[in-house]
Amino acid sequence: MPYRGVDYFALDDLLTEEERLVRATFRRFVDEEVLPHIGHHFRQGTFPMDLPRKLGALGALGSFLQGYGCPGLNAVAYGLMMQELERGDSGVRSFASVQGALVMYPIYAYGSDEQKDRWLPAMARGEVIGCFGLTEPDFGSNPGGMRTTAERHGSTFVLHGEKRWITSGGIADVALIWARTQPEGEVRGFLVERGTPGFSTRDIEGKFSLRASVTSELILQECVVPESAMLPGARGLRAPLSCLSQARFGICFGVLGAAMACYEEALSYCCERKQFSRPLAGHQLVQEKLVGMLEEITKGQLLAWRLGRLKEAGRLRPPQISLCKRNNVRIALQCARTARDLLGANGITDEYQAGRHMCNLESVFTYEGTDHIHTLVVGEDITGHSAFD
Amino acid sequence: MKILVTVKRVPDPEQKIKLKDDRIDLSAANWQLNQFDEYAVEAALRLTEDARNPATRLGEVTVVSLGPAEVQQQLRAALAMGADKAVRVDSRDEDLDADIVARTVEKLVRRDSPDLVLMGKLAADNEGNEVGQRLAGYLGWPQATFASIIEVVEGGKALLVGREVDAGVEMKKVRLPAVVTVDLRIVAPQAIKNGRTPPDHAYPEGPRYASLKGIMAAKKKPIEELTLAQLAIQPTLRVRTVSVRLPPPRKAGIKVSSVQELVDKLHNEAKVI
Repeated sequence: MPYRGVDYFALDDLLTEEERLVRATFRRFVDEEVLPHIGHHFRQGTFPMDLPRKLGALGALGSFLQGYGCPGLNAVAYGLMMQELERGDSGVRSFASVQGALVMYPIYAYGSDEQKDRWLPAMARGEVIGCFGLTEPDFGSNPGGMRTTAERHGSTFVLHGEKRWITSGGIADVALIWARTQPEGEVRGFLVERGTPGFSTRDIEGKFSLRASVTSELILQECVVPESAMLPGARGLRAPLSCLSQARFGICFGVLGAAMACYEEALSYCCERKQFSRPLAGHQLVQEKLVGMLEEITKGQLLAWRLGRLKEAGRLRPPQISLCKRNNVRIALQCARTARDLLGANGITDEYQAGRHMCNLESVFTYEGTDHIHTLVVGEDITGHSAFD
Repeated sequence: MKILVTVKRVPDPEQKIKLKDDRIDLSAANWQLNQFDEYAVEAALRLTEDARNPATRLGEVTVVSLGPAEVQQQLRAALAMGADKAVRVDSRDEDLDADIVARTVEKLVRRDSPDLVLMGKLAADNEGNEVGQRLAGYLGWPQATFASIIEVVEGGKALLVGREVDAGVEMKKVRLPAVVTVDLRIVAPQAIKNGRTPPDHAYPEGPRYASLKGIMAAKKKPIEELTLAQLAIQPTLRVRTVSVRLPPPRKAGIKVSSVQELVDKLHNEAKVI
């Protein structure tokens, strides 16, 4: 039985024709281009390098931007696209998030016309891959402490420092590096091209999670870039944080895709496999688990849909994204764990998807603002008291 | 080349059928574009483009459907693939049969004068396989059914159509204008030769994806809405559904204990050997 989505509350009625068509395109794309190969990539620890151009041909990269070869999708359509991609694998959705929300978006929002013309169309086609260098080995949740510096020498900057946990780092043609200028101490963004002397990358090995995605360290040693590599409009930490809000919005929808894949897999497995006198699905404890998954997915769908409509209306506030990211990643991870449980021993092999999604979602729980940090963002928003420092 | 393509929405063929009051209950149906009609749209697009530069259209593709307002979703899907415009003739599914559909499309063909009508060979709901043949009859046009190959010949005045038959592939030449219904393999990589796309060009297998650009463009493409009355169609059904029943459940099979017993049963009970 082909995958037809999870829609227990007829939420499709809340979607426009365009939004349903976008979802249909990526549903089929994931069935045909992602799922047949993703298990192999996960096992080998490789990123499917054919995907960037295929996604580019469909218009998926930077799809919420308008112009420069980007189609200008609304928020919910973009979210549904991310949902389908993550139904394939969190690593594939991560690639699309980084390319669109973390690299193309800041170039679009803060870049010069030359930077936009040079990078955006090629990145939209998937010919150029980007990565986003904010996190450092010692500064994850607290990016304000970053140690990477950009020292001005006439019309050039000399970059120095180290970035870690960078998605697509090892396959990127251009890295957006966030660094503090010296002596001013202001956070600025620099587009550093692969091959620039003093810039190197090293992939992180031994991951349990996001194995079909490249995660890297970026090393900058006396790396000289022209002033034209700096994003003129991005000043201070607010700029990279605005990118993260874009990316987290995609995650709110994306993880539902992973949760739906796990739910569907567990449901069909439990309906087919017999233990004792009946199918697993005929046992009360199993039904309770399946219902719990469906219930949380349905609530998560409504939350994400509403988040999208607020974004389209220009009324979205970042703490609302935090609440949705926190909830939806939590429930997706719980769905994956429950599915793994219901699949029994089969759930620990990569013949089934649940184990892969479960491992992937551990990363999603931590990246783009940990569960803790999003809790504190909402906590500060409702109490007025910051619990960070 | 001006092509008219008919499309129909059908309930998801993978869904389990439920009966209610002697009818198929479609209240929870998951509607989708009939697969063979999607192939017809793909075939029409391949006939009206140069694959090296698909953005420049070499013809016009109009998609037509009969049905309620919701059918707009399926028409929009065809527009998002690349069709140029659409027509919806407002009607309720229960008020249609193959003859009314054929006569309605006939009116549209006489009004718009396409060079070719492309259709799926059948719809996955009732698998009727008769609208194309009826339409060709009403129009007095040549027809070629179950096309798996289409080649534009004689400078665009005729088509060479390949049909898969038991003995191989039967090639038929039809003068345009004509009615052609398509089979599964019309979306094979080299099934269509339009004289513009290089003959060695290989399309990806299957109908194309609606790209995001295509989906955004489709929002601005026109969907004309008509009624059966505007086309002067008498909505008199020739086929009346008396009742619908599920086939009886299959009886469980038996296990035989020896080859001898199997042969015996095949010979004496089943009488097949």
